[in-house]
Amino acid sequence: MPLFLDDDQSMLQDSAHEFMRAEGPVSHFREFRDKNCKDGFSHGLWKQFAEMGFTGILVAEEDGGLGLGHVETGVVLEQIGRNLTPSPFLTTAVAGVAALNYAGSELKSQYLPGILSGDTVLGLAIDEKAKHRPDQIAMAAERSGNGFKLNGQKQFVIHGASADMLIVAARTSGSVGDADGLTLFAVPKDAANMDVDPVRLVDSAVAAHVKFDGVEVNADSVIGEVDQGSEVLDALLTAGRIGSASEMVGVGGGAMDITVDYLKERKQFGSPIGSFQALQHRAAHLYSEMEIARASVLKAQQLLDASADNAGLYVHVAKAKAASTANLAVREGVQMHGGVGMTDEYDIGLYMKRDRALSEFLGDANYHTSKVAELHGY
Amino acid sequence: MSDLEQFKTEIRSWLEENCPPEMRKPVRGDEDMCWGGRNFEFQSEAQKVWLERCAAKGYTVPDWPKEYGGAGLSPAETKIFRREMAKLGCRSPLSSFGIWMLGPALLKFGTEEQKVHYLNQIAHGEIRWCQGYSEPGSGSDLVSLQTFGDDKGDHWIVNGQKVWTSYADKADWIFCLVRTDKEDKYRGISFLLFDMETPGVSTKPIKLISGSSPFCETFFDDVKVPKDQIVGELNRGWDVAKYLLGHEREMISGGGLGDGSPSLGAKMTGAIGLNGLGMLDDQILRSELAQFDVDALAFRAMAEKFMDEMKAGKGHPAQPNMMKYSGTELNKQRHELVMSAGGSDALEWESEASRGGKKPREWLRTKANSIEGGTSEIMLNVISKRILELPDN
Repeated sequence: MPLFLDDDQSMLQDSAHEFMRAEGPVSHFREFRDKNCKDGFSHGLWKQFAEMGFTGILVAEEDGGLGLGHVETGVVLEQIGRNLTPSPFLTTAVAGVAALNYAGSELKSQYLPGILSGDTVLGLAIDEKAKHRPDQIAMAAERSGNGFKLNGQKQFVIHGASADMLIVAARTSGSVGDADGLTLFAVPKDAANMDVDPVRLVDSAVAAHVKFDGVEVNADSVIGEVDQGSEVLDALLTAGRIGSASEMVGVGGGAMDITVDYLKERKQFGSPIGSFQALQHRAAHLYSEMEIARASVLKAQQLLDASADNAGLYVHVAKAKAASTANLAVREGVQMHGGVGMTDEYDIGLYMKRDRALSEFLGDANYHTSKVAELHGY
Repeated sequence: MSDLEQFKTEIRSWLEENCPPEMRKPVRGDEDMCWGGRNFEFQSEAQKVWLERCAAKGYTVPDWPKEYGGAGLSPAETKIFRREMAKLGCRSPLSSFGIWMLGPALLKFGTEEQKVHYLNQIAHGEIRWCQGYSEPGSGSDLVSLQTFGDDKGDHWIVNGQKVWTSYADKADWIFCLVRTDKEDKYRGISFLLFDMETPGVSTKPIKLISGSSPFCETFFDDVKVPKDQIVGELNRGWDVAKYLLGHEREMISGGGLGDGSPSLGAKMTGAIGLNGLGMLDDQILRSELAQFDVDALAFRAMAEKFMDEMKAGKGHPAQPNMMKYSGTELNKQRHELVMSAGGSDALEWESEASRGGKKPREWLRTKANSIEGGTSEIMLNVISKRILELPDN
């Protein structure tokens, strides 16, 4: 398989490009930000995502979806990134569906139709502290009657207050750090003794701190098998990480493009500033890094879709590379815009804020770089 | 079984049968590479046999047409061929500027006679080529070159000097940029081929900081070159030169791939040791190595994407400049880290333990990577102008 998009994937790219540009451009993001929307995204647009078929990409055909892979979700996410389109796509249709694909038929039929129709939103309750440490999950789920009782707290639950269901990772046995003993639960939004405290983030998305104070869930809410949640969690994390890597390639690419345009327009000393070698070289370096980041992300996606052995390694590589490169893009973008880069009127600063949130999502560049070292035995 | 799977099976069994065990050991350095040519001394019988067997099947240049000495493989087959070679650890049967640089230019610009004649020689490793581009006064500003070919009817008389001519002292023939019109800066250059044994050609190796002398000064003193040894049109050699530079940059960018091992950090555990947590016992170096591994693996994906796109006729034509810039900067960084991890052992210049100072000499050699074939700064100029379309000053 050549390492570029095939014809079907290119067609999907074209339609996602047209769709985001028309329905979810940066002005759409500004509109929802400025009216201080409690969700931080448009439910109407989410319905349109479903009409486009985007929400069913990772859903199996027998469950009514398209049965496609990570390359395809990546194609959509890159366009989301370029346009800063606010949506619950990454948490719901990518990471959430990757976990639900391990669920029994009852849970699937409870949630997948709503995702396919653009009615349902999912939140991911994974992190417990400010840094992503999934191997340190301490939240307890004790057996209670026919089900479980959840105690603990989660944070950085994106769309947590808007979600119809939270996927919650908790420990059902063993101790912190053990591979076994984790279980994933589908907790409905109206569960008793669950306190969801929304907080707006730097990129205007709304995340939640969630407190579980004896939240009772029945045994049917377990995604996959009790104590065997690691595999499901891995699938969720993998989909979310490579998905966010694609979105960061979009954010970085979008930031680079508006910056290069600005270099051609802005004049100083009687010339476009893009004619100055000091800026040309920095822009060309950024272009090179963006190309490499995009290639590493596509490589990881192809390996994942082929279930290759080294897919896991490449997901860490891709998330690390995409994060450091998108970060370079937004930093260079603001600097090369000069004073106007500091204004709210220009879009470049919005890209910087979005990049910061995405790079933190499911592990920053340091986390994934360290994983690459671990996987190589050092 | 699909045609490609069938092909993969056939290639695999051919390689298993025909690649001698000695040719499946990692290449330790230049001394293990087969360069071919009139005066090449094979390191072993196995090296000779491996070249002959590959050349007979067209496998030294698998994607070239059969009539020019190749195997006529499609892009997909070529990719499979190279993967199977890599899986078995087969050494490249032939390293050659003819294959990497001149060949592609001849395929595009050569006459049918030139293709049949020169490409077959290259594919069989019969003629070793060198490149006459840079001159003492023409480095980054290559187009200002002054070596002059005086038109004498059925031949030119060439006078001038080239510099940084890689392996000129070992090469049989040279492909050379020669000014044939002094009035027209860009259009006054022609692309000539001639035998290094022609009277008037002399070479002088340049001693480098690494202690070795892969580059030469090359002098032309009334060198007679027949008119049928021009590639492309008279005074249009710059087009050929630029096209060839794309391939040269692509070739040099391959240094970014290193020796193909998946992790530099993993290779350094022996030198540094691991702490109780199983981490490299130098936290700062560990993070630098891990960062390098991320960059190197990402670059490897880029190299694969670049090759696939080029073969499919996709991708920006100036993309080799990006590959050259990124690949060479990465390779320089690799050798900085190797030196850093090696400590004082890596300083030994002549000892047996250091195999004649392999590490420091390679480290110093890589400093040329971002200079030869166009400096990093020239690459960035080209990217900003041709790809980003930033304005001229």
